[in-house]
Amino acid sequence: MTLSPERLAQVYRSMKLIREFEERLHTEIATGEIPGFTHLYSGQEAVAVGVCEALSDADYIASTHRGHGHCIAKGCDVTGMMKEIYGRADGLCKGKGGSMHIADFGKGMLGANAIVGGGPPLAVGAAIACQLRGAGNVSVAFGGDGSCNQGTVFEAMNLAVVLKAPVIFVFENNGYSEHTGVDYAVGSKDIAARSAGFGMPAEKVDGSDFFAVHAAMQRALQRARAGGGPSTIEALTTRFFGHFEGDPQRYRAKDEVAQQRRSMDCLARFRARMEADGGPLTAAQLDAIDAEVMAEIDAAVKAAKAAPLPPESELTTDVYINY
Amino acid sequence: MPQLSMRDAINQALHQEMARDPRVIVLGEDVSGGAGGSSGEREASGGIFGVTKGLLPKFGAGRVIDTPISESAIVGAAAGAALAGLRPVAELMFADFVGVCMDQIYNQIAKFRYMFGGKSTCPVVIRMAMGAGMNMGAQHSQSIYAFLTAVPGLKVVVPSNAYDAKGLMIQAIRDDDPVMFFEHKALYPKKAEVPEEAYTLAFGEANVLREGDDATVVAIGRMVSFAEKALDGLAAQGIQCDLIDPRSTSPLDEKTILGSVENTGRLIVVDESPPRCSVASDIAALVASRGFESLQAPVEMVTPPHSPVPFSPALERAYVPGPQKIADAIRRTLAARR
Repeated sequence: MTLSPERLAQVYRSMKLIREFEERLHTEIATGEIPGFTHLYSGQEAVAVGVCEALSDADYIASTHRGHGHCIAKGCDVTGMMKEIYGRADGLCKGKGGSMHIADFGKGMLGANAIVGGGPPLAVGAAIACQLRGAGNVSVAFGGDGSCNQGTVFEAMNLAVVLKAPVIFVFENNGYSEHTGVDYAVGSKDIAARSAGFGMPAEKVDGSDFFAVHAAMQRALQRARAGGGPSTIEALTTRFFGHFEGDPQRYRAKDEVAQQRRSMDCLARFRARMEADGGPLTAAQLDAIDAEVMAEIDAAVKAAKAAPLPPESELTTDVYINY
Repeated sequence: MPQLSMRDAINQALHQEMARDPRVIVLGEDVSGGAGGSSGEREASGGIFGVTKGLLPKFGAGRVIDTPISESAIVGAAAGAALAGLRPVAELMFADFVGVCMDQIYNQIAKFRYMFGGKSTCPVVIRMAMGAGMNMGAQHSQSIYAFLTAVPGLKVVVPSNAYDAKGLMIQAIRDDDPVMFFEHKALYPKKAEVPEEAYTLAFGEANVLREGDDATVVAIGRMVSFAEKALDGLAAQGIQCDLIDPRSTSPLDEKTILGSVENTGRLIVVDESPPRCSVASDIAALVASRGFESLQAPVEMVTPPHSPVPFSPALERAYVPGPQKIADAIRRTLAARR
């Protein structure tokens, strides 16, 4: 499928927005102004954007603890996200959720999730809703390589096959579940093959190549929309930061990240592809997007720092709708 | 006597028990860390909170087992190994993850001995990091010892300081019953005098930290240090209270609590879990039903509200009961008349 220059510009913008959002958070977290526990998505942008590009607000995603990229790719407001991460009253979840719990139901974003393997069963449920409504919408379960070893994920995959539910399981294999390597933690060393064992088509793609992810997603989407049931995409990718901010990453070789930033940078590869394709987007256009994104992130951080904290009265609101 | 952090005190207990008893094993996510990593370093973390540091180099991968992220399998395998004669210490990392493996805990581990007519022993310890105060959000901050306290067959331990943590951990490992061991994240760096040699503290025996006739304050886990702060402030006004740390919520040292209230006539319970069906309400009910004659005032429960733990520091500060709220509750109790 060939994307129009307008859509390609949107893809690049979305990936760049994720990258700069995370790089800026990395800097801001070091100042101590951001509370809690943050898991950055830098390096994996092509997966979130490749998967979400063809989704609409009526399609669902269930995300993970490393969820900022999924939120942005699904269209969540960047300023609202930034305010949430700063714990502010007008953040996307009123400051009650934080980095690991950003949700935006108007965008079909069912929430980041701090329980590994918490999301996939939810995605199957959303897919059942899509099936019932019959409008051809789908649901995506994002998970890392760590999540693929959870019983909840096995159960969700089997249920999806049993029900022929329109759900796409996306495993972002970034090489590490927390501080443990995937080759140790995944016994068969092959997540896609394991998914196939549940009775669904599964493919492995280069997760730093937007076009590879996008093409795999097109195949999975067509199948899901045609009533063919679930699929799995295992995207081989990397994270440019630690499991969480502050992780000393002693499990990684010293030069691993630097090397991967050179060889597995999905943004650099996207740019190179544009040039090789004779410039559906020119360098000048891409530079202009970069400048816009930087300004947007600057504005979001400024707005977040200036935003009010939630009043104490908010502590007991939203526990129930009525009680 | 050496000063040790609670992290290091538990670590020392694990080292000593693993050296003493070859049946003791440790398992969980990243208990050593680094398996399959590109640096080749085979103890890349020593536990996400550093509690299991040094165990892998000393006792080897056969007894210090890094697992995938699979809580049901971790806890279930620990239980099975315990049934088969080992004494496993499983780490669940965040206590909140107990939700993922609840069946293994409350349908399996808790019930074996009773269901099997007393034939089995399941000497497993499950370590869980709990507690709010670090802005980790609703799924990484809970104090969930109350619902495990409600399950017959489980022992539940909530240490409030490094000294207790070491003695209670050694007791937990040597105990033949399953023990749920809750470690408050904010207490990990807090230091206390901890003897080098191994020692045990019995479950169901409360620690009375202070004595006074005005009221009885029962506090759990991190709340003990907050209650001490509150009492420091009140001492200047001549108010003296018993301060009781139950150390284990199951079994619960009912005798010490009832005996103290018999003398003071007033009870304040400080608990970090929400108030409904909590350890606070359990202790309040105990005193209402068996110490009613002594009570001079309504029982005060100082707890968070009936809500999940909020992320924003502005809200989380208001969520966690602090010294001020405890002092206010003590003053209210003293002002009340039956």
